[in-house]
Amino acid sequence: MKYLRLLGAFFWVSVAGELAYRVNFLWQLFQSILSLVVSLVGLGVIFSYTDTLGGWRPDEILALVGVYFLVGGMIGLVIQPGMEQLIESVRDGTLDFTLTKPEDAQLIVSIRRVEIWRLIDIGLGLAVLATALIRLGEKVGGWQAGMFILMLIAGAVIIYSFFLILATLSFWFVRVENILVIFQSMYEAGRWPVSLYPGWLRYGLTFIIPVAFATTVPAEALTGRLTWETLLGAVVLAVVLLTVSRVFWRVGLRHYSGTSA
Amino acid sequence: MKALAELYLQQFKTTLASMFQYRASLLIWMIGQVLEPLVYLIVWSIVSNTSGGSVGNYTTKEFAGYFIVLMLVNQFTYTWIMYEFEYRVRQGALSFALLRPVHPIHSDLADNVSSKLITLPIMILIAAGLAVIFHASISPAPWAIALFIPVLLLAFMVRFLIEWTLALAAFWTTRVGAINQTYFVLMLFLSGQIAPLTLLPSPVRVAAGILPFRWMIGFPVELLLGRLTLVETLTGLGAQAAWLLAGFVLLRIVWRAGVRIYSAVGA
Repeated sequence: MKYLRLLGAFFWVSVAGELAYRVNFLWQLFQSILSLVVSLVGLGVIFSYTDTLGGWRPDEILALVGVYFLVGGMIGLVIQPGMEQLIESVRDGTLDFTLTKPEDAQLIVSIRRVEIWRLIDIGLGLAVLATALIRLGEKVGGWQAGMFILMLIAGAVIIYSFFLILATLSFWFVRVENILVIFQSMYEAGRWPVSLYPGWLRYGLTFIIPVAFATTVPAEALTGRLTWETLLGAVVLAVVLLTVSRVFWRVGLRHYSGTSA
Repeated sequence: MKALAELYLQQFKTTLASMFQYRASLLIWMIGQVLEPLVYLIVWSIVSNTSGGSVGNYTTKEFAGYFIVLMLVNQFTYTWIMYEFEYRVRQGALSFALLRPVHPIHSDLADNVSSKLITLPIMILIAAGLAVIFHASISPAPWAIALFIPVLLLAFMVRFLIEWTLALAAFWTTRVGAINQTYFVLMLFLSGQIAPLTLLPSPVRVAAGILPFRWMIGFPVELLLGRLTLVETLTGLGAQAAWLLAGFVLLRIVWRAGVRIYSAVGA
C-alpha cells in the first residue's frame, strides 16, 4: 500500500513537471497516432493479399498490435526512464542520495521517473485491443481473458527484470546506456507474432532479448493459442528473472562506491 | 579545389576516429538498418508462400531479393542529417560551421561518405548471408547492372540534397521531430520500403512517381531486380535528374533564407 502511495507521489510530481510543457502532449499524440497509422495501413496492405498470416487472422494480428502499443507504453512510462536514470546516477554519483532514503533503493530507482505522455500509447493500445476484442466476439472467453492478464503481468515482470539486470551492469561498466537502446530497436520486431520468424531470430527474440514474452505470448493467450508449456515457461521465467535481478542488484550495490565521493 | 579535397580527407579521418569511439552506437544503428527490411522480407515471404508461391508478380525468392537489395540501397543512400540539424541550431553549434570559409554541406557530405566506406562492406556481408539463407533471386540484364551505378549515385545525391534541405526547417522551429517523423512515414510507404510499389494501390503508385521517394530507393532496387524496361529506366533517370535540380535550387533558397533568420538559440 505504501509503495502504491509512493508511485502515486512520483506520478504526480511528473504530472506537475510536464504540465509546464503542454504542447508536448499534442506532439506526443501526433507521434503515437502516426506510428499506429503505419501499423494499421501496413496490415491493410498485407491482408489485401491474404486472409491469414502464419495462421493468424487479421483481427488477431490487430489484437497483437494493441498489445504491442500497450506494453510499449508501459515500458516507456516507467521501466525505461527509471533504468536510464539509474545508469546516469551511477555514473555521476547521485545514487548516493537514493541510498540514504529509508525505503528500499531498488523500489525507488524503479518508479521514481514517470514519462506521463506515454500514457497515450497505453490508451491507444487499449483502444485497439478493445476494437479487436469486439471483432473477435465470442471467441474470447473468461479463461482467455484471465490468461491474457496473467501473461501480461509475467511479460512485464520479465521485461522489468531484464532491464534491471542490464542497468545493474552499470555498477561495473560505466557506459551501458546503449544496451537499452538495442532493446528498443529489437522491440519493433514484436509488432508481428514471433512464430513467423525463422528459428535463429525467434530464439533470439525469446531468450536473448525477451520481446516475445512482452507481445506475442499475451496475444497468444488472448487468441487461445497458448500452450501449457509456454504458460508455465513464462511464469517460471518471470519468477526466476525477478529473483536473479534482485540478487544481482544487491551484489552490484556492494560494488558501488559513490563516484563523486 | 585542392582545399576542398583536403577538407574531405580530414573529415574522413575525423569520422573514422569517432566511429571507432562509438562502436556500440554503430552496432545499434546497424541492427535497425537490417531488422526493418528483414521483418518485411519475412512477412511477405509468408504471404507469398500461403498464396501459392507468389504475390502479384513477385515470387517468394524475388521478395527476398527485393528486400535484401533494398537494405543495401537504403544503406547506401541513408543520411542522418535531419536528426542532427536540430541539435546544431539549438546548441548554437552551427555558428562555428558558419565561420568556416566553405559551405557546411561539404563536411556533412564528407562525413556521410566516410562513414559508409566503413559500414557498407559490413552491410554487404550481412546481405550476402541473408541472400543465402532466404534463397534470394535477382535477374538483371547486363545493361541494367551497368546503369545501376549511376542510378544509385543519383539516388544518393537526391536523398542527400532533399534531406539536407528539410533539415533546415530547424531554423524556423525548434520542434522538427514532427516534420521528420511525417517524412519517414511517407518514405516508408512511397519509397517501396514496406512493400514493392507495384503491390500498393494505384493512387499510392501515382504519388510515388511524382514525389522524390521512389527515386531515392525503390527505383534502383527495381532496376537491379531486372523489373524495368530500358525506356522505364531512362524515364526514371530523367525524374532523378529533375529532382536533383529541384533539390539543388530549393537548398540554395532555403539555406539563404534560413541563415538570415538564424540566431543561435543557445548563444
